[in-house]
Amino acid sequence: MDAHELYGMLKDAQERQGYFFNRDDKHTFGILDGLLINKERYGYMACPCRLASGIRENDSDIICPCDYREEDVREFGSCYCTLYVSGEFNEGKLAKVVVPERRPPEKVSF
Amino acid sequence: MAGSYPQIKLYAVSTCSHCRALMEFLQQNRLPFEFVYVDELLGEERRDTIKKVKQVNKRCSFPTTVIGEAVVVGFKEDELKEVLGI
Repeated sequence: MDAHELYGMLKDAQERQGYFFNRDDKHTFGILDGLLINKERYGYMACPCRLASGIRENDSDIICPCDYREEDVREFGSCYCTLYVSGEFNEGKLAKVVVPERRPPEKVSF
Repeated sequence: MAGSYPQIKLYAVSTCSHCRALMEFLQQNRLPFEFVYVDELLGEERRDTIKKVKQVNKRCSFPTTVIGEAVVVGFKEDELKEVLGI
């Protein structure tokens, strides 16, 4: 599977939940590539913008879509890695900010 | 001129688009920098590097950029420009 196939597979289902792919295609397909790399090396789609431990149990909160997406999109209009965004974000109605890491530091394991 | 910039060390994740964008920013501005993909490290080197990142960024999030004494968490272009004086 490549990033475009993954995009097609996820888009409708995610939009029905109110989550849109960032319309910056270069960024979006870069992140989708990262998800596929992590699926290959870890066996699951760990968030490509976070340091995964490689142990599924430790990384369950950052398997995409991560546990923090809902709050991040509600607060900032975008998830941590700006793969998923709100409609307003894509319409340019929101200031683009760097989403701070919501994940508790103790979850980052060696 | 290169000598006039403080040492720049970038802690990054190889699959992270924000980390890539930050590298492009440093390259476009011809700023010499060191970087490490923490996700590609193993064993003790990985452990030591994560400890170093946590010392300057307790969230251990990426990108984390150390510029001399300053630390910039995330790809915050304005903050980077201010710290770098560009």
